[in-house]
Amino acid sequence: MSPLLFAVAVPLAFALTALAIPSERVRPWLLPVAAVIQIPLLALLVSSHGSPAAPGDDWVGLDPLGTLLLAYLTVFFLCCACYAPAYLRLRAERPNRIFCTMLLVFFAMMNLFGLSQHVGLMWVAIEATTLSTGPLLYFNHNPRSIEATWKYLLIGSVGIALALLGSFFLGYSALHAGLETSLVLSDITAHAVDLSRPWLRAAVVLLLVGYGTKMGLAPMHTWKPDAYGEAPGLVGAILAGGVTSCAFIGVLRFYSIAVAAGDAGFARELMLAFGLLSMAVGGVFMVRQRDYKRMLAYSSVEHMGILMLGASVGGAGLFGSLLHMLNNGFTKGVLFLSAANIHRHFGSRSIEHVQGALRVLPASATLFLLGFFAVTGAPPFGPFLSEFTILRAAVGDGRIAVAGAFLALLLLVFIGMGATVLAVVQGEPAPEREPAPARERFSQVAPIIALLALVLLLGVWIPERLESALWSAARFIEGTR
Amino acid sequence: MSEVLNLLLVIFLLLNFWMLGTSRLRAVIHCAGAQGMLLGAAYLAMHGASGLRAIALGLAIASIKGVLIPRILIGALRSQPIRREVEPFVSFTVSLLLGALATGLAVLFARTLPLIEADAGALLVPTSLATVLTGFIVLTTRRKALTQVVGYLTLENGIFIFGLTLIEAMPFLVEAGILLDVLVAVFVMGVVVEHIVREFSSLGGDELTELRE
Repeated sequence: MSPLLFAVAVPLAFALTALAIPSERVRPWLLPVAAVIQIPLLALLVSSHGSPAAPGDDWVGLDPLGTLLLAYLTVFFLCCACYAPAYLRLRAERPNRIFCTMLLVFFAMMNLFGLSQHVGLMWVAIEATTLSTGPLLYFNHNPRSIEATWKYLLIGSVGIALALLGSFFLGYSALHAGLETSLVLSDITAHAVDLSRPWLRAAVVLLLVGYGTKMGLAPMHTWKPDAYGEAPGLVGAILAGGVTSCAFIGVLRFYSIAVAAGDAGFARELMLAFGLLSMAVGGVFMVRQRDYKRMLAYSSVEHMGILMLGASVGGAGLFGSLLHMLNNGFTKGVLFLSAANIHRHFGSRSIEHVQGALRVLPASATLFLLGFFAVTGAPPFGPFLSEFTILRAAVGDGRIAVAGAFLALLLLVFIGMGATVLAVVQGEPAPEREPAPARERFSQVAPIIALLALVLLLGVWIPERLESALWSAARFIEGTR
Repeated sequence: MSEVLNLLLVIFLLLNFWMLGTSRLRAVIHCAGAQGMLLGAAYLAMHGASGLRAIALGLAIASIKGVLIPRILIGALRSQPIRREVEPFVSFTVSLLLGALATGLAVLFARTLPLIEADAGALLVPTSLATVLTGFIVLTTRRKALTQVVGYLTLENGIFIFGLTLIEAMPFLVEAGILLDVLVAVFVMGVVVEHIVREFSSLGGDELTELRE
């Protein structure tokens, strides 16, 4: 057994502990502890695994993409986990045993996905993330949340079932070409040129649709507004920052097979189409959106589109896209968690009832506003840098029409989202709300500040190690390692 | 060997039609269960000779997909004893016609696909595609949440048939993992169905219309 699996086993052990601990007050603290322990564990695994550019031929291993994903997930989960105890204390009326256990199982499965080098194991891990987040969505136990959970489970499972069919097609393309069938990624990439082309293309389409459903690309995004709208803000954050990033890495892994097979053009066109459509759908539905949590869901659809568009440009665009995956995740954390604070105080998600948040919740509303500027690509935040990188790569590649559409859609999003966000934070709170500022606990705000600091940091200074990790991941995908 | 396999697959296809034509929810669940049994049998027929591992996996498929999952679904069905009908959006005749169309298309399409010699004569690929399409028909034309779970299960069954061509490429643990995921998926969906029943006091689906744009 590979020592890498400790990165999965340790969170799972914490999940079992969470299941066994009887105290409702102590249990949530397992989440930050598990996240903190993951940091030295991961550092040890990465350093002891030698150069990350040489993936093993086993079904678990650390390729540059997986390393990037695991490092990002650990930081992101740590911030979210630090928010959890304060949140669960405020929701003390609901038992949190299942919630904490499933959150840890979910973390373990995301790590398993990052480590997977076998197409079947990737599928097992991504489906497990769907199943473990189902109970999290249903935390509020009301009719609306069960409807959202149902849509999420069914659409997610059906979508990912298509990805399983696609994985089998990929295996069959090797079988048909008379090669030894293997579903290990490095084996497939090594023989990619010889794969049976029709089966490979069918596989790429199904895999893109399947993993695209988990990313929430349009037109497979229909679960997203319901799920993100009904989920507790914490769950919305980990869905929008965690699951979607895993699925994106999945898409990139299959894209790299298409590149290795010399069939990149076909995959790129598909990705560009999904990207532009997602950005357009996200933008259009954000205009006049009265529910600020659903608005965040459409923002997520839009940013998944940006990721696909950047990846389809390739080269520096792919680098920008990977950087944007981190920026989007951290920014979504800021937005969902601050929106959760606003939602809890006002008890409504509609801008008809929520006004003047700046007066009542100065810290959370300021963070929400700054998160809005960050997510719409205003400097000096991280998303500006990654979106600019993608734009410059598109222009440099001579794809002026793509760059133009990209800019126009970003503008549409800025206007649409701005109207809703400003309505929430500005103005006077309704008279029946208490006029005095509510008490905002430090523990509810500090994790959001940490996330925002990360977004800001990535906008002004990218550490050298991160930059080289991003480049090696981009080169790994395009086979120019 | 391939005659046995083809016979199993023909029964599999017939079960697709039965599933589309029956109005009783219990019968639909049993159809999906019987397909799970056949899947295990087909697995054994193809690979049973290759060792203990294959036998264990074949038996696991048959018992999980053929026994355990139908039990979970029947349990969810018992939680609401009033109307145990399927209640499709389209008539049963239309469902059956759609099923026939899907099967025909699957057979035609499989002929155009470049298959390896060993699979060209067998019904493996057309049955797989036809079952996937049947799963989609059930998913999209049935009103109740529980029937949609069966649709998902049928879709999975179709995909598993295709997986039979690739056993060598699947490590035992991965295959067991896939099976476990499907089991947990149905279990979680079953729990959700029971909650839907409690909240909306019917087998759901239709009432789930509160969240829209």
